[in-house]
Amino acid sequence: MEIVNNKIIKEPLVAPGRVYADVNDRVCAPLERFPSIKWWACFLVAQVALAIGTFLVINMFKQGLGVLGINHPVAWGTFITNFVFWIGIGHAGTLISAILFLFRQKWRTAINRSAEAMTIFAVMTAGMFPILHTGRPWYAAFYLFPYPNQRQLWVNFRSPLEWDVWAVSTYFTISLLFWYIGLIPDIASVRDRAKNTIRKIVYTVLSFGWRGSAKHWNHYEMVYLILAGLSTPLVLSVHSIVSFDFAVAILPGWHTTIFPPYFVAGAVFSGFAMVVTLLCIVREVFNLKDFITVGHLENMNKIILLTGTIVGYAYIMEFFIAWYSGSMYERFAFINRATGPYAWSYWIMMTCNVITPQIFWFKNLRRSIPVMFVASLIVNIGMWFERFVIIITSLHRDYLPSSWDYYIPTLTDWGITIMSFGFFFTLFLLFCRVLPTICMFEVKMVMETKGKHH
Amino acid sequence: MATKEKGILAVFNDQHQLLDAIKKVRAMGITKMDAFTPFPIHGIEDAMGLKRSWIPWATLVYGLTGATLAFTFETWTSAFDWPLNIGGKPFISWPAFIPITFEGGILIGGVLTVLTLFGVMKLPCFSKPVLDVRLTNDHFGLMIEDADPKFNEDKLSNAFKECHVVDIKKIGH
Repeated sequence: MEIVNNKIIKEPLVAPGRVYADVNDRVCAPLERFPSIKWWACFLVAQVALAIGTFLVINMFKQGLGVLGINHPVAWGTFITNFVFWIGIGHAGTLISAILFLFRQKWRTAINRSAEAMTIFAVMTAGMFPILHTGRPWYAAFYLFPYPNQRQLWVNFRSPLEWDVWAVSTYFTISLLFWYIGLIPDIASVRDRAKNTIRKIVYTVLSFGWRGSAKHWNHYEMVYLILAGLSTPLVLSVHSIVSFDFAVAILPGWHTTIFPPYFVAGAVFSGFAMVVTLLCIVREVFNLKDFITVGHLENMNKIILLTGTIVGYAYIMEFFIAWYSGSMYERFAFINRATGPYAWSYWIMMTCNVITPQIFWFKNLRRSIPVMFVASLIVNIGMWFERFVIIITSLHRDYLPSSWDYYIPTLTDWGITIMSFGFFFTLFLLFCRVLPTICMFEVKMVMETKGKHH
Repeated sequence: MATKEKGILAVFNDQHQLLDAIKKVRAMGITKMDAFTPFPIHGIEDAMGLKRSWIPWATLVYGLTGATLAFTFETWTSAFDWPLNIGGKPFISWPAFIPITFEGGILIGGVLTVLTLFGVMKLPCFSKPVLDVRLTNDHFGLMIEDADPKFNEDKLSNAFKECHVVDIKKIGH
């Protein structure tokens, strides 16, 4: 956005000179040809990560949870870190698709589809961890869902862990519906372009027979608005409830009222960083630079700057309150965090999350693809360590010094962590192959062309 | 196929021409028509005389039902079916039930809203043919049914031509 002669000149959302047909041609092109070498290379890496992790998971089921690094005071290790990390990643998608929709931010249109896909896959990845960390996942349904079992005992509805089950599964269901509703008109576009019979049948079934009737659009737009309205409080509730897992416990370092907003800001921060990482790759590999412009990425970076600053504020405020509370255990927990055996992880977190986003005050850095790509990776590393710091440093030195211990993740911990990335990227790469990565009908709505033909 | 669609389809390449055509056709007194567009066009509801969707009211009912069900279930399991005394706290410790009450409202509200949408749109439906493959890309269609009492092919064709129609197709003949 620039101001010339007292007039605001907005950057166009789609590269100038494009007509409606260009949207379909460009967005559908990657779906209609054999995948490139780059795609196969990425897919292979993801498969290897997934295979290693699956082997380790099976081994863990055979041997028991002893193959992990968890010990007596640190009963939650990398699994819960990964759970919170991936749930956080998911938040950006719903924020873009729901909250920015309600705020009428038109720049969301080119990025909402891939961000929503990212949300769904991230929530699926996250959901694996609480189930895996039970050690006996075939009993998970008994632990998680209320059903009349033979002992007639119900799950504990007063427990934040049970709130989490409901929050995460509701979040997954609503995000999936929201995403699929948005996909139907675009799947119909893919169907109408299909030359091959099998392809036509598959996309016909997936499109539910959508024809773009005005009577349908009338209800469709209303439902889209309703789902955005439902998702907005939902997305804020999910990470608040995840933070209750910690905040409701009495452990110093966890028992703080700042957690819900702090977790939500952190989730949006890490999620937007992941969207930037993915979009930098997608626009390059699938030649979509006309639709996912530097302007879009700049807007994302502004949100990363905002939420990163909120997170930085929360880190400092947490420390201040620990001192101000006058509680010696609270003070110890925080001084131990910054100077104790896990100080290295605390300072990785502080450097990555507080300093890195501040580079986005500068416009040329905010608009540079290499800079934002590296920054987004650093932010995600930092946000992984944030969860590690919260969980491990609070647990490893609790009230009783005789039980203090040092937690070291084992190779199984790291292997299963890598598997989660393999799982996520496998799903994301498949999505890029079979469904339009950009919401075509919404992009057409914000195009400045009249759709005239040559 | 229960009802075979019969009529004529006018294809335009500009949404403003489609809106003009809808207004002209409405002025002729024709009611059995539908537009087919690649994206929602603002102003088409007024032009076609479509009412605002009633689905939000249904969502309100579903959401409140979901929240009530969740709260009732939590209360029943925690205070009636198997009451557990936890530190002398009340059995109906309602603040602790609020998160799941909220999630229950959103879950039932969202899922039933989507099902209602499909019910209203009568989708999935695979018996109705794709009218023209351009209509999900960059063209805008207006379909007038033969069954309309005011249907007159010549008059309609002339009206469409005034609106710079690209193509007029017969459907179902």
